[in-house]
Amino acid sequence: MSFNARTIRLGSCMALGLVLAVLPFLVNNYWTDVCVSIGLYALLALSLNVILGQAGIFHMGHAAFYAVGAYTTAILNTMFQWPIFWTMPLAGCAAGLVALVVARPIIHLRGDYLLIVTIGIVEIVRIALVNDIFGITGGSNGIFGISRPTVAGFRIVKSFHFYYLVWGMCGLSLLLFHFLWNSRVGRALNYIKADDIAAEGCGVDVSHYKLMAFVLGAFWAGMAGTLYSAKMLTIAPASFNFMESVIIFAVVILSGGSQLGVLVSAFLFIGLPELMRGLTESRMLFFGLAMMLMMVWRPQGLLPPLPRVYTKARAVLDRMAAHDSDAKPSTTQEKTL
Amino acid sequence: MEFFVQQLLNGLAVGGIYALVALGYTMVYGVLKLINFAHGDLFAVGAYLGLTLLVSCHLAQMLPPFAAVLLVFVLVALMVALIGYLLERVAYRPLRSAGRLSAVVSALGASIFFENALMLIYGARVFVYPDFLRPDFTVTIMGFSIPGMRLLVIVVSIVLMVALQVFMLHTRVGAAIRAVAIDQGAARLMGINVNRIISLVFLIGPGLGGAAGILVGIYYGQIDFLMGWSYGLKAFTAAILGGIGNIPGAMVGGLLLGVVEAMASAYFAVAWKDAVAFFVLILILIVRPTGLLGERTADKL
Amino acid sequence: MSLLEVCDITKIFGGLVALNEVDFTVEKGSVVGLIGPNGAGKTTVFNCITGNYVPESGDILFRGKSIRGKKPHKVVELGIARTFQAIRLFGKLSVLENVLAGRHCRLKSGLLSSLFHTPAQRREEEAAVERCLEELHFVGLDRVWQEEAGSLAYGSQRLLEIARALASDPELLILDEPAGGMNDQETASLVDVIAAIRERGTTVLLIEHDMRLVMKICEKLVVLEHGNVIAKGDPETVKTNPDVIEAYLGTDDGDDEEY
Repeated sequence: MSFNARTIRLGSCMALGLVLAVLPFLVNNYWTDVCVSIGLYALLALSLNVILGQAGIFHMGHAAFYAVGAYTTAILNTMFQWPIFWTMPLAGCAAGLVALVVARPIIHLRGDYLLIVTIGIVEIVRIALVNDIFGITGGSNGIFGISRPTVAGFRIVKSFHFYYLVWGMCGLSLLLFHFLWNSRVGRALNYIKADDIAAEGCGVDVSHYKLMAFVLGAFWAGMAGTLYSAKMLTIAPASFNFMESVIIFAVVILSGGSQLGVLVSAFLFIGLPELMRGLTESRMLFFGLAMMLMMVWRPQGLLPPLPRVYTKARAVLDRMAAHDSDAKPSTTQEKTL
Repeated sequence: MEFFVQQLLNGLAVGGIYALVALGYTMVYGVLKLINFAHGDLFAVGAYLGLTLLVSCHLAQMLPPFAAVLLVFVLVALMVALIGYLLERVAYRPLRSAGRLSAVVSALGASIFFENALMLIYGARVFVYPDFLRPDFTVTIMGFSIPGMRLLVIVVSIVLMVALQVFMLHTRVGAAIRAVAIDQGAARLMGINVNRIISLVFLIGPGLGGAAGILVGIYYGQIDFLMGWSYGLKAFTAAILGGIGNIPGAMVGGLLLGVVEAMASAYFAVAWKDAVAFFVLILILIVRPTGLLGERTADKL
Repeated sequence: MSLLEVCDITKIFGGLVALNEVDFTVEKGSVVGLIGPNGAGKTTVFNCITGNYVPESGDILFRGKSIRGKKPHKVVELGIARTFQAIRLFGKLSVLENVLAGRHCRLKSGLLSSLFHTPAQRREEEAAVERCLEELHFVGLDRVWQEEAGSLAYGSQRLLEIARALASDPELLILDEPAGGMNDQETASLVDVIAAIRERGTTVLLIEHDMRLVMKICEKLVVLEHGNVIAKGDPETVKTNPDVIEAYLGTDDGDDEEY
């Protein structure tokens, strides 16, 4: 049964990958741009999924870290003429550092208390940007004149350049986060989500791993911020408001927690409103309605993660069974440590 | 000193409104453990419905101001209560067995829906409440002359809150609500109709929220379709500040938040007032992780 | 030097003295039972040892070093693993993954080696899976390794909690009512498992209401009543202690929850 589900998922992943690989050749520039935007949201949602989906930390302020990354890139690029890609690790580090400093005293707060605090963080960051903190954020107008990124002399300008850049980054993130999910760290996050007291009682350093998830997610959001700056050339505080956080949050919850689910959910959330462009004014009305309907339709999310696979387990069990039949059968086998 | 007292009273008036809206958040949270993000928008709906009744239905001309306002208060509270009830049936009840965050996303969707419905129906501009409804007397207490409106808002919100608290503590239905909040399963075994209690909470909370909407309309004289977000977020903050699920906590949290904001605007910078409010929230939660009056339940092992 | 020394610990909850200068030792390699009527404070003692509570006064020494005030995960790392009275498995995760939770603190792969799936991380994972399957085999649950933990029968869940605790290589295993809710047959196989744990050289400290089981497997008993130790010693001596007979053995004990 799970074999079938797994095959279908794997097949859908490959089909989706294939479609994404050739998409810019099939659609016009407008839709390529829409897909770049979807890719950015997917990237943000994949990183939030580590925090919210895997570790179960109620975090509704991801836009704050996105903003820190985007502004880091914009400031370094416009004031110090750093090339865009050089600013990327720094944008990630800046966001991660802010996350570390902010989260340390609050990470132990329970569910909804943490939720409002993370909302507060987005608001504080946005207000700080609007009020031109340190005199380097350009106030409510933001920062403009960000330069185009270059890779080995090649200038990334066109929509489809950005398309491959953003979705390439998504692909890399998918792979790395998949490895993470399949590791001791990924499991630790799941234990914490399921029951943090039991996790601590089993020897998992709960605050350490919560903080790790938070900082990792923020680091990724910061790098996504670099890509956003490079694509938009102009950034302003209004792009990082609470509503952005809400959308990223909703993408993760609707996804159900699997990475494929996150991609599908990002397409639904960002793609559908584009399809409804004809509705102009009432677009957001239907967007809100769709949010309700989708959750009522699939309360557990679109694609909850399948159980992990332990390929070597079967062989180990067979070996143990063989060993048992050699030795004298007894109810409890003696083991040496 | 004069300036300080005026700011304090201003803060208390705004805080009273926050507290009324916060009660809706906290009551719903109490019984369902759900943050009803649409609650702020129900409050905005109340403000708009009040405007429609007073202006478009000419209630303000047909009746003496006091009677008109009182009647509108009751009518709007009823209408918003009904919307709240329907919202719970349609958007939250099907999600009750799912993860808590699924219902939160549904609530966020509902919030976006209501906000845009208001914009589409009424338009995106600012609307003005008839100003002759505003009582323009002043009261002099201990040498301070206080605008009557400010005092009225404080009094009305405190009366409503006290009434709610009396209802919760001294009636059978109030006891049933408290029972459901503590343990739904046990309440059901005791013969309480849990679904009916939840519906009731979705009548009371939004009803109070709708009333608060009119209060804002009369107090500030103008309303806009985004007010649900801003007040809603503040009221939610207030509910958390006081300890979510706790009714006196919502009152204390609301009043405190109002005063903090007023003081931040007066003595720091208006542009940073919201940031200061959140900053204070974070500081308080670092010291008291479950809010000012929240229960500090030890983890059961 | 005893493996565990509980030295005069006092724990107070909001003015109520839950433990009053509780003092006992657990020798290496032994099986010690902590008994007493409901509400005597047995689980509170456990929670003080495992770091969930910090006693107001007194000290707890493990291998001669104080562990008072250490966080629970640190205590596990030092070599004390526990099971919970009200079973706390990760119900939606597989049986194997529950045991891997116990193994967690003995593994070293960090964030980066996990993200990049390094060969060292892979090897460690495989070894961990093998080791955890052995623990499942030890308690007789290897065949259900893929099942959701929450779907197991009650008795199996108790055994799974033991396997999870054992996976952390504890020197001292703390069992909170391991036979709670088990039928006679399950209890009998539990006795075998505890005997086998002891043969591995692991010390066991347990709370148990089933007196037959306690008398059979424990070589030392500590009796608590109202937060005070009223007797300690070998089962035969304790059984004849008049205080114990009055406080505990004489009265009927139910299986109520204890806080």
